[in-house]
Amino acid sequence: MYQTRKKQLFISMKSVKQHNLISRLTLSTIALLFLFTLNLSAQGDAKNGKKLFNSNCAACHKLDKDLVGPALGGITEKRENAWLKAWIKDNAAFQKVDADAKEAAAYSPTAMNAFPQFSDQDIDDILEYTKPQEPVITAGGPVQTFAAPVKQDNTLLYILGAIMVVMLLMLFNLYRTINELKGDAPKSRSFSEQANGVWEAFKRNKFLHFLMVIFFLLMTAYFAFGWMSQVGVDQGYQPIQPIEFSHKIHAGDNKIDCQYCHSAAKHSKSSGIPSANVCMNCHMNISEVADDTKIGNHGKDILDKEIQKLYDAVGWDPEAAGGGAYTGETKPIEWVRIHNLPDFAYFNHSQHVNVAGQKCQKCHGPVEEMDELYQYAPLTMDWCISCHRETEVDMTENGYYKKIHEQLAKKYGVEKVTVAEMGGMECGKCHY
Amino acid sequence: MASNKKYWQSVEELDENSSIVDTLRQNEFVEEIPTDDFLGDKKSLEESSTTRRDFLKYVGFSTAAATLASCEGPVKKAIPYIVKPNNIIPGVADYYATTIADGFDFANILVKVREGRPIKIEPNKDANGSTNARVQASVLSLYDSLRLKNSKTKDGSSISWADVDTQLGEKLTDIKDSGKAIAILTNTNASPTTASLIAQFGESFGNVKHVIYDSVSESAALDAYEAMFGTRALPTYDFSKANTIVSVGADFLGDWQGGNFESGYAKGRVPDHGKMSHHTHFESNMTLTGANADVRVMVKPSQQNTILADLYNAIVNGASAKDANVIKAVKQIKKAGSNAVVVTGIQDKNAQLLAMAINSAIGSEVMNTSVTNNTRQGNDADVTQLVADMKSGKVGAVIINNSNPVYTLPNSADFVEGLKNTLSVSFSTADNETANAVDYALATPHYLESWGTVEMKKGQFSVMQPTIQPLFDTRQFEDCLLKWTGSEEKYYDYIKSSFAGLGADKSFSQALHDGNFAAAASDSEVTASDVDMSAAYSSVASAKGNGLELQLYTKIGLGDGQQANNPWLQELPDPITRTTWDNYLTVSQADAAELGIENWNVANGGLNGSLVELTANGVNVTLPALIQPGQAVGSMGLAFGYGRKSGMKEEMQTGKNAYHFYKNFKTTQSGVSVELVSGEHEFACTQLQNTMMGRGDIVKETTLATFNDDSLDPKHSWNPVPMVSYKHQEVEATTVDLWDEFDRSVGHHFNLSIDLNSCTGCGACVVACHAENNVAVVGKEEIRKSRDMHWLRIDRYYSSDTKKDDKELGLIDKFAKMEDASANPQVVFQPIMCQHCNHAPCETVCPVAATTHGRQGQNQMTYNRCVGTRYCANNCPYKVRRFNWFDYANNAEFDFNMNDDLGKMVLNPDVTVRTRGVMEKCSMCIQMTQASILKAKKEGRPVKDEEFQTACSNACSTGAMVFGDINDKESEIYKLKNDARSYHLLEHIGTKPNVVYQVKVRNTEV
Repeated sequence: MYQTRKKQLFISMKSVKQHNLISRLTLSTIALLFLFTLNLSAQGDAKNGKKLFNSNCAACHKLDKDLVGPALGGITEKRENAWLKAWIKDNAAFQKVDADAKEAAAYSPTAMNAFPQFSDQDIDDILEYTKPQEPVITAGGPVQTFAAPVKQDNTLLYILGAIMVVMLLMLFNLYRTINELKGDAPKSRSFSEQANGVWEAFKRNKFLHFLMVIFFLLMTAYFAFGWMSQVGVDQGYQPIQPIEFSHKIHAGDNKIDCQYCHSAAKHSKSSGIPSANVCMNCHMNISEVADDTKIGNHGKDILDKEIQKLYDAVGWDPEAAGGGAYTGETKPIEWVRIHNLPDFAYFNHSQHVNVAGQKCQKCHGPVEEMDELYQYAPLTMDWCISCHRETEVDMTENGYYKKIHEQLAKKYGVEKVTVAEMGGMECGKCHY
Repeated sequence: MASNKKYWQSVEELDENSSIVDTLRQNEFVEEIPTDDFLGDKKSLEESSTTRRDFLKYVGFSTAAATLASCEGPVKKAIPYIVKPNNIIPGVADYYATTIADGFDFANILVKVREGRPIKIEPNKDANGSTNARVQASVLSLYDSLRLKNSKTKDGSSISWADVDTQLGEKLTDIKDSGKAIAILTNTNASPTTASLIAQFGESFGNVKHVIYDSVSESAALDAYEAMFGTRALPTYDFSKANTIVSVGADFLGDWQGGNFESGYAKGRVPDHGKMSHHTHFESNMTLTGANADVRVMVKPSQQNTILADLYNAIVNGASAKDANVIKAVKQIKKAGSNAVVVTGIQDKNAQLLAMAINSAIGSEVMNTSVTNNTRQGNDADVTQLVADMKSGKVGAVIINNSNPVYTLPNSADFVEGLKNTLSVSFSTADNETANAVDYALATPHYLESWGTVEMKKGQFSVMQPTIQPLFDTRQFEDCLLKWTGSEEKYYDYIKSSFAGLGADKSFSQALHDGNFAAAASDSEVTASDVDMSAAYSSVASAKGNGLELQLYTKIGLGDGQQANNPWLQELPDPITRTTWDNYLTVSQADAAELGIENWNVANGGLNGSLVELTANGVNVTLPALIQPGQAVGSMGLAFGYGRKSGMKEEMQTGKNAYHFYKNFKTTQSGVSVELVSGEHEFACTQLQNTMMGRGDIVKETTLATFNDDSLDPKHSWNPVPMVSYKHQEVEATTVDLWDEFDRSVGHHFNLSIDLNSCTGCGACVVACHAENNVAVVGKEEIRKSRDMHWLRIDRYYSSDTKKDDKELGLIDKFAKMEDASANPQVVFQPIMCQHCNHAPCETVCPVAATTHGRQGQNQMTYNRCVGTRYCANNCPYKVRRFNWFDYANNAEFDFNMNDDLGKMVLNPDVTVRTRGVMEKCSMCIQMTQASILKAKKEGRPVKDEEFQTACSNACSTGAMVFGDINDKESEIYKLKNDARSYHLLEHIGTKPNVVYQVKVRNTEV
């Protein structure tokens, strides 16, 4: 009855920004579509080049900035096409015959990979992509600020309306009564007079009054119970995090496995918030977002600063010689915890992820579509138990269940059991 | 035949007309709720300016305000590591093998570490480790908020390590140049690496003397061994080989010669193929060892010499013994031959020589003189000499390590006087008396933050490794020695490099992983030299005491007192007196009557006692007196370890310092005088609390002869099944049932077995339960009000042979005889925790279904459902449920470990910290069984029998507690449950408990 939206009214956390998903989605879809149209106008060669560049070169090179390797924007103006081809295909061999190549290799202590699989056309495509391009004015500019339709919660309005109607009826009646007493009421029994008769009858019927009171009390209790059982349920809780991290970009667009970062989930009761060194596995080389990245209204200019926050936390200086270095000054990241189980409830991730093989999305929702993470499930006991009632335990694969499975089959002729039937609904399994 | 003894916990219970006993039996909660106090006072109610309407208005408003306020939840932060250490997975516990060697307790242990902080100590069973209550509790001492956090000088100002190095470097060099002696005073550390570092220090600074000082000395035994074998050490004893044990005042289940004998002892105490060891014990105080003996003879300390001489004369010289009990003991010894052993705790070199000579004469296999025990090395003569030298100014500097002589020395005033003449340095973890009396108090890490090696027995080494980053600005003694001798090496590197020279049987990494290693001992057999035994004999035989005698002892809780600021140990009931938070003078009933000493129970069940003034050797202290059944007439007992003030929370400053009476390091002092003084003392004694008295079949015991009689059917003789009337027929109680039986044959069904034969009552399980389950410490006042929180208590029952239905005696005579028997009663220890009844009476009365039953057999308690009606506790026949009368966490009224940030680090994150107003009780460590099951599931295999443990069964070093799954027919618990000795508590009420007990068998017939 009272669902998510309603809740956000009650749980107006101090640090919570009210987000409207629908408006957010509409906006970003429009923006994406717009960008996509622009991309269509790009050149064929360079397009293939970009693809190749991103999958093969981007780990060490950027167009406009030195990384592990030097910036490659406009490289065709510095080097001959043939020289570049020889270098790219097998730079180690090329160094032995070319003095320039030897000099170029001294740029970084890290040797560049050889790419013998590239055809000349491939390299030409890549080089085409690296050529300086006319600045393209993206549609960004001032972001459309049209108001997305906001879904209003009208329950209060309905209640107020009903009260108004009753009041009006009462006023009407009072007016009539006064008129009658004054003696200037119309004599003929109009429709309203008939209705009044019903009303008079109702007024005299004590039993109906009694029923009304009972009905009113029951309704009140029903709604009060519903409201009170929402206290402490933070479904939809979406706090502002210290870093504008997008699960959509990481788990959705880049398809990084959940457990790559949340590696404790298969071992521990806690899924573990990845330590910052895990982020650096990739972000040592990825210091900025792609040009067209958007999280809500925030574009590249803001989001690059978010990656810088990570660097500040781990103490990474991307500008340092050799493609960056650790400074040793660290500052822990204080994430705001979204899923808060009370102290008296014991939950173990590894039981669900590792043993039961549940998908993370089962409880955490479509995380790969969430830019900013929110609490998808209510995390109430009702919610836990209904899943335990429905979910069957797969007893065929796991050696632990083998004996139990045999016993069950022999004793009760049961082939399939739910978690609840295995004792997953006993109080002491989660409360100790 | 089934024993028909009367059992009692307190002498008070023998008084038939005692209203207190009746009250305590009938009422789960002794104190009335004081509603009358504030509602009955009509006058003040009328005078109050708040009308009823106003009151309701305030209630309404505040409820609404609170409801609204609660809609806004707190913002919680989650802060991950910057760089996560590889071996830490948040939420998964790691175990590290290390060693405790604090000078008093030595053990190989496993430390459970969560997210880098140790939270529990467990015995390292692969390295023969066993833990007592103090070892179990030592993890909380790591988080003692009053530890010495940084080094300081005498005026109390803190000093950096760099300054310490320069200042002390200069001063020590000056002393070296002046030619004065430097004394290093340490406790027994049994560390070969520390010893070699001290030797190195001696080489650099010339005139250095290493004095080893044990606060509670075993010097006499060391002297005796030295006289016989030339080296200063102790023989080892393996009691598992003993068929006959005769102890003259040796409390070897306590701290005699470093302790750790209980696991061997218990092995011989469980009847196996009809055999068990026979244990005769002569002692004055009622000790744990005496309580476990088959024959316990009360002997004054001075007469113990006579007993020992008599024994020696009978066995070695072949004379006939004089004392009747000695004659019986000699018979037992002769019967057992080389499987007999005689041990003594008399602090006299000659007495110790006699005991060793007896063992040599019978060729005892129990005593091993070639594998020596290194856990006590203190030398009284050296210490006495040092104090004298300090006073006379011969000593230039004294460097103290991990020792608190200002508190523990009997002549501490002389020592403090001597400190004035010397440069004094104390390495200490605690901000104790000595740290406050010396020039430099240097903060050292706790053993859980330290490196080290320990050689507890000759050739058997243990490794100590840190399990947490040092909490404070501390540095190890050994690191300082290295630094001061000009070495750049760290102690860790030193251990590692010296490891190669030891000839270990494994690599350093493997030794670190296992926690121990063995190395071939350089010399095997030791040869005994000739000692003038006749002189020793005549000296012992002629020893006389005069007047009242005082026997000083150590409690299993506080020991020598170095962990006195540990609330778990303070609250641990003494196994014999069941008293917490105190030390006291134990006196016999006869002496009490003579001196006018009284103990009485007040209306709420609390025990009060008279105060006495104890005078010995010119020292007098006013103490409470406790009348102790089993105390030898003419002797009195007093425990060490209490009365500390420095670096202690106010609540912990309990008891009186007994070291004042420890003249010449003799635990027995004769010619003491005791005088009744005015005033009374309030004990926090749990012996009358949670009593099940009057309900029958609680303790079952029999004799070995009856047990071995094959003609008897156990079910109808010594382990009778209770009978009830059903349809006018007498039937076995187990066959009648109010409820339908739930089928528990699928999956696990947990049972816990407790063997009354091997349970020595040591209390390690009680502390382990505290640590595992976040059990709150409630303090002395609350304990006194029967509000103790122990999920697991060890009931101690006294029994006399006088039978309740003895028809030949008149009522008055019978009770008189019972009173008499209580002078030297037999003792049974019975650990009681929630019995996890399959048909639990508590479950049926809970109005909110907060306590329910699991299919694995646990009676589960759901704290978040509990509304605190306490019906369950009222309906529990075993009295194991505990109510949270207050919030014990974050409450300044209960200023124990849960009230400070440091102390809270010991909490187990997998177990809820209970709040006010909820009931709690033993959960059969469901978090541990669940974790074992989950581990097996993750690895896709069935759970192994030994994987199922509870905190108590894991801590039990005697194997008295065995936990497991009875649906696993191969398991040990399955066998125990179906053993002829097994029985349930109060079987006749049909609760079908999942805890089984094993009948106690006494080897009493000669």
